[in-house]
Amino acid sequence: MAVTTYILGIVTAALVLLVVIELLRRRHLRERHAIWWLIAGVFALIIGIFPVTLEWAAKLLGIEVPTNLVFFVSIAILFLVCLQHSSELTKLESKTRALAERLAILELEVGESARRDDSAN
Amino acid sequence: MPPRHARTLIVMPAFNEAASVGDVVREVLAKVPGVEVLVVDDGSKDATSRVAREAGALVATLPFNLGVGGAMQVGFKYALENGFDNVVQVDADGQHDPANVPILLAALAEADIVLGARFAGEGDYAVRGPRRWAMVSLAVILSRVAHTKLTDTTSGFKASGPKAVALFAEHYPAEYLGDTIESLVIAARAGQVIRQVPVAMRERAGGVPSHNPFKAAAYLGRAGIALVFALMRPASTYFVGER
Ligand SMILES: Nc1nc2c(ncn2[C@@H]2O[C@H](COP(=O)(O)OP(=O)(O)OP(=O)(O)O)[C@@H](O)[C@H]2O)c(=O)[nH]1
Ligand SMILES: [Mg+2]
Repeated sequence: MAVTTYILGIVTAALVLLVVIELLRRRHLRERHAIWWLIAGVFALIIGIFPVTLEWAAKLLGIEVPTNLVFFVSIAILFLVCLQHSSELTKLESKTRALAERLAILELEVGESARRDDSAN
Repeated sequence: MPPRHARTLIVMPAFNEAASVGDVVREVLAKVPGVEVLVVDDGSKDATSRVAREAGALVATLPFNLGVGGAMQVGFKYALENGFDNVVQVDADGQHDPANVPILLAALAEADIVLGARFAGEGDYAVRGPRRWAMVSLAVILSRVAHTKLTDTTSGFKASGPKAVALFAEHYPAEYLGDTIESLVIAARAGQVIRQVPVAMRERAGGVPSHNPFKAAAYLGRAGIALVFALMRPASTYFVGER
C-alpha cells in the first residue's frame, strides 16, 4: 500500500472523529445520536492505522476480499443510523401532535373563560 | 412581615407518583411555612396532577415525558418569571425530608447552590455495586471542579439561590444524568459557589423506584460520558442574558 493512501485513511478517520466530537461539545449533536458515528470513526481509525486488523478480521469471517468487509460494515452502520432516524422522526411526529392537541384545547379553554368573564360583566 | 420563605419555590418533579405526591406536598406546606410548591407532572399516566392540586400545590402538566432535567427547567423558568429568589428541588417520592428545607435555605446565605448530601454522616441511605463506584468517583472529580468537598453529587435534594435560578432557567441539561452531574459542572464553571449539607434520606413512601440493577451497570459508563462532555463544553455555552 502506498504511503499516501495509508495517510489518507488515517487523516479521514481522524477528521470524522474530530467533527463528531466537536458537534457533541457544542451541543449540536446529542449523545444518543452520535454513538453510531463515533463507533464508525473509531473503527475507521483502527483500520487506518493497523490495516492488518482488517485482513485478520476478513480472514476470520471467511471474506476473501478485505475491502468487502469494509463495505459490509459501512452499509450496516448506515442502515442502523437510517433506522434510528426513522424511529426518532416517528417519536417527534407524535410529540408535535400531542403539542398541537394541547394547544388547541388550551386555546379553547382560554377563549371560553374570556367569554364567560365578558358575559359576567 | 411576609412569611419567611415567601420567595422560595419548591419544585417537585413527579413521574407516576400519585401514591406519594399528595402526602409529600402537604408535609412540605406544613413544615416549611409560607412556601409555594410547584409539582411538574412529567406526562404521568396516573392521577399525579389531580392529587397534587388537591394537596394545595401549583401543578404544571407536561404533555409528554421530558425527564427530570426538562421538568426542573420548567420550575426554574416559572420561578424566574414570577419573582421567586430560591428554588428547592424535592423528590415526590417522600425520600427528602421537608424538615431539611430550611437548613438548605439557610446555607444559601453563603452559597449559590446547596446540595443535601446523603452520605455525609446522617442517616443510613446506602447503594452498592457499579452505581456506588460511579457515585464515589463522581464525588471525587466534582469536588475538584467545584472547589469544595462533595460526597453525594447525584442527590436530587438541591437548593438554588438567585444566581443559580437565573443560570438554570436558561441552561438546565435535559440529557440523562445531566440534571445532577452536568448541572453542577455548569454552575461551577459559571463561577457559582457550591456547598453541601448532610441530610438523612428516607425510604420512598410509595410507587416504584426508577432504577433497577440492570440500569445501574449502564449508569457507570453514562455518568463518565456525561462528566467528560460537561467538562469539555465551550464556556460560551453557559452564557446568561442577552447576547
Ligand atoms: N419529571 C420527571 N420526574 C421523574 C422522572 N422519573 C423520576 N422522576 C421523579 O424524580 C424523583 C426521583 O426519582 P426516583 O425514581 O425516586 O429516583 P432516585 O431517588 O434517584 O432513586 P431511588 O433511590 O430508587 O429512589 C421523583 O420525584 C420522581 O417522581 C421523569 O421521567 N420525569
Ligand atoms: Mg427516590
